[in-house]
Amino acid sequence: MENTHAVNQFNQHMREWQGFAQGEWNQTVSVRDFIIKNYAVYEGDSSFLKGPTERTNTIWKQVLDLMKQENAKEGPLDFDPDKPSSITSHPPGYIDKEHEIIVGLQTDAPLKRSIMPLGGLKLVKRSCDVYGKQLNPHVEEIFDQFRKTHNQGVFDVYTQDIFACRKAGIITGLPDGYGRGRIIGDYRRVALYGIDWLINEKIKEKAELNPDDIDSPAIRLLEELSEQIRALASMKEMAAEYGFDISRPASNAFEAIQWTYFAFLASVKSQNGAAMSFGRVSTFLDIYIERDLQKEEITEEQAQEMIDDLVIKLRMIRFLRTPEYDELFSGDPTWVTESIAGMTEDGRALVTKTSYRMLHTLYNLGPSPEPNLTVLWSQRLPENFKHFCAQASIDTSSIQYENDDLMRSYWGDDYSIACCVSAMRTGKQMQFFGARCNLAKGLLYAINGGRDEISGVQVGPVMDVMDDEVLDFDKVMERFEIYMNWVAATYIKALNIIHYMHDRYCYESALMALHDRDILRTMACGIAGLSIVADSLSAIKHASVRPIKNDEGIVVGYQTEGDFPKYGNNDSRVDDIAASMVTKFMECLRSHRTYRSSVATQSVLTITSNVVYGKKTGSTPDGRNTGEAFAPGANPMHGRDEKGALASLLSVAKLPYEDAQDGISYTMSIVPDALGKDKQTKVTNLTSLLDGYFEASGHHINVNVLNRDTLIDAMEHPEEYPQLTVRVSGYAVNFVKLTKEQQLEVINRTFHNSM
Amino acid sequence: MSSPKFSSLPTRSSDASHILGRVHSFESFGTVDGPGTRFVVFLQGCMFRCKYCHNRDTWPVEEGYLYSVEELVNEILPYTPFFDASNGGVTVSGGEPLLQSKFLCVLFKILQFQGIHTCIDTNGYAQENLYEIELEKLMSHTDLVLLDIKQMDDQKHIELTGVSNTNTLKFARYLNDINKKTWIRYVVVPGHTDEMEDVCKLAEFIAPMKNVEKVELLPYHRLGEHKWKSYNETSELEGINPPTAEKMQAIQSLLMGYDIQSTW
Repeated sequence: MENTHAVNQFNQHMREWQGFAQGEWNQTVSVRDFIIKNYAVYEGDSSFLKGPTERTNTIWKQVLDLMKQENAKEGPLDFDPDKPSSITSHPPGYIDKEHEIIVGLQTDAPLKRSIMPLGGLKLVKRSCDVYGKQLNPHVEEIFDQFRKTHNQGVFDVYTQDIFACRKAGIITGLPDGYGRGRIIGDYRRVALYGIDWLINEKIKEKAELNPDDIDSPAIRLLEELSEQIRALASMKEMAAEYGFDISRPASNAFEAIQWTYFAFLASVKSQNGAAMSFGRVSTFLDIYIERDLQKEEITEEQAQEMIDDLVIKLRMIRFLRTPEYDELFSGDPTWVTESIAGMTEDGRALVTKTSYRMLHTLYNLGPSPEPNLTVLWSQRLPENFKHFCAQASIDTSSIQYENDDLMRSYWGDDYSIACCVSAMRTGKQMQFFGARCNLAKGLLYAINGGRDEISGVQVGPVMDVMDDEVLDFDKVMERFEIYMNWVAATYIKALNIIHYMHDRYCYESALMALHDRDILRTMACGIAGLSIVADSLSAIKHASVRPIKNDEGIVVGYQTEGDFPKYGNNDSRVDDIAASMVTKFMECLRSHRTYRSSVATQSVLTITSNVVYGKKTGSTPDGRNTGEAFAPGANPMHGRDEKGALASLLSVAKLPYEDAQDGISYTMSIVPDALGKDKQTKVTNLTSLLDGYFEASGHHINVNVLNRDTLIDAMEHPEEYPQLTVRVSGYAVNFVKLTKEQQLEVINRTFHNSM
Repeated sequence: MSSPKFSSLPTRSSDASHILGRVHSFESFGTVDGPGTRFVVFLQGCMFRCKYCHNRDTWPVEEGYLYSVEELVNEILPYTPFFDASNGGVTVSGGEPLLQSKFLCVLFKILQFQGIHTCIDTNGYAQENLYEIELEKLMSHTDLVLLDIKQMDDQKHIELTGVSNTNTLKFARYLNDINKKTWIRYVVVPGHTDEMEDVCKLAEFIAPMKNVEKVELLPYHRLGEHKWKSYNETSELEGINPPTAEKMQAIQSLLMGYDIQSTW
């Protein structure tokens, strides 16, 4: 009976699917199968690409003007304090209705933001206060009195030790007051199958469940499936308001792009997640574009124009957030990450002309932090494509690279990157985002017997303050392990609470509707301060570190004598310490039970929060002073990598991905001249740097090719650099949108400058 | 990160790999000292006293860090993938590497055995006895020489570097004789090396050489000034600005007149 159903469906969609090679995807939802059977690898160069059309320039100029106004306001251009956002909450919005190709805005006007109180009312109220509008009293009353939020749920349950850790800043950035994000709907499904097919699938999935014993997990899943079905219906309704019927599959390239974007729009209208990534869309769309090009229904110019228009929309995604949030994650990030290229499991490059077209938007529209363009690098990618990427990096600093040869063995060949470095099988896997734990502070707690080095408060389990005149490595390690275990336990406890409540009060029905019913969930923990921990332990081991106590007997400083190996110089004496810390903390995390049987993972990633973590952490044995910023992600500390860029890369590449499956982020800034003398040499050298780093099993790298002077000038004259993009630990930002402190931190970060 | 292959290397004299070298520093991503991506080893010690030296801190022969060949090879081997991907290799610079030619000889022999391209960046200060001992051997393990010619006019050379250019020019002729692939480098310092007359002499010297693959004109830069300060000295050239683009082009076209290709 199922087969008959599928055959009927197939016949019904003969028109939309005409010309496509058939396969498993005709029977069940499998975008991957569709791609594998239908895409055409492109190994040529970039000469086919077309510049922006007159129309594109006109539209983009209007948007840029609005963005300029927004920058000047240092806050939202406008927002609606009256109507909480949902898939269908706001009527259609346009930039310039007559001239737009791909349509759809989050609210009724461009860059106008909306409130999403389900994550937490506090943040919404605070945003309204700061940005000068009054939250609609009825909305406030409803979410205060009648409809509980995720934030309230979490704080109803948090335990004292979690509060203490949160307050001390040993665990921070927890998504307990806002949307968790880091979930990617498989937005392509809407284009390939249409909403009706997807609803039928969900109904079927739900019917198949029908458990004999109803327990809470079963109840939750049944309820979620109903929510998902409703969300799908809402998507159809939203699209209809724009004049499109997405109940059926897309029948050409334009519709494929528009349908995919509608699905994504539904997700960003219903969730204010920390990262709302786009998935792995380019090569999927290429199949439709190629079909239209072959039928001569569109030209190359039109193909590029549609991609440009899509990217304009992706660059306009906005969420209402507070200044405190921005201090942590500066630059108003949305992490609309699009993953490009990679290889298939049978060894073909997933590079198509639309991989090029997507990257080409960096030229047609200028550099930009969003969408967060992520190239999944394999050494076997076509040379032409590698060189094109390297050139685009040199020209725009807007690309990040991740190791496809490494990730493919974990996640297959249809994974996408959420946020910066978090890989997940598209539509088959999600994560419970868990921010990060400050491992450097953990080390100080080990020395201070659980007292906080700044407040003096007893936060962790009680032990004596170490009273050795010179710190002994083995003793410190022994205590550090105790504190790592303690903080991991508290951390997982907090995350279990957070994600239970998020599922319950702020469920991502639109995003989860574009997943399979049975998915893999990871509990994505993270660590900050790895390089400080490694260097500190190296100092304790190889030099002589004397703790200095204050009047209360708490160690607040260190006198370090003698030289010691520093992380970032490809020196195994310290790199091995860094790697073993990653493994050790992962072991601690793995030993705890997680919500929904999720698989614990961790990232070595700070985004821009390395500045705030530094502020909250006292002096460390490596010679870092109280308050000084941490290095971002897995980077060595500024100025300590003395052997140049590749030594630094090789140190980072030693961190085991196996024990940091949520990603290991490295940010490289290099002045253009340090890449080589002429244009061609620069491209070749950057390409070989990427090849070599990934061969050494490095996971991720941000590439900034910038002059220090440019950044200093941009700090002083922000108005002249509206589009200056720098990559910061896993994502890109408009440099001028960073806080002064973060700008300085970026400038002070090691610039590789070998001359 | 030690290479498993290392122990089976063909070191004929048993103590060869125990020679120690004095190393100033490393640059793992060298992109301007030879072809491709280079691991650059800056050796300690130099006899020249160039007024424009940008590595003032490499002069004293007694400073630096001691490395055995084995240690240095182990430092270098992890970068092989980068060399392979870019047709790069190792460049030994300084300081003046020829001052440690015995060490260099063993190092390059092993690197070549590992398939790594070897390059020496030198001012050509090879003293007489070097020709009798290991220069030939060293050159047989060197794939490329970057030879700095500071000034063709000996008087000006002495004024600029504190030593005569006799050794350098002799070395240049020797390289030509053994047909060793060479890139000539010429630092253009306003007021010291940018006289057209001097450039002409350089062109006349280089033109007949068959081993010279290219000429690199290096515009003087001021990035090394701070290194002088750390020795409580000032470079006599402090305050001199880099040459103008027009000047660089003029020199380039003069060389072109001698059929010499140059870059800058």
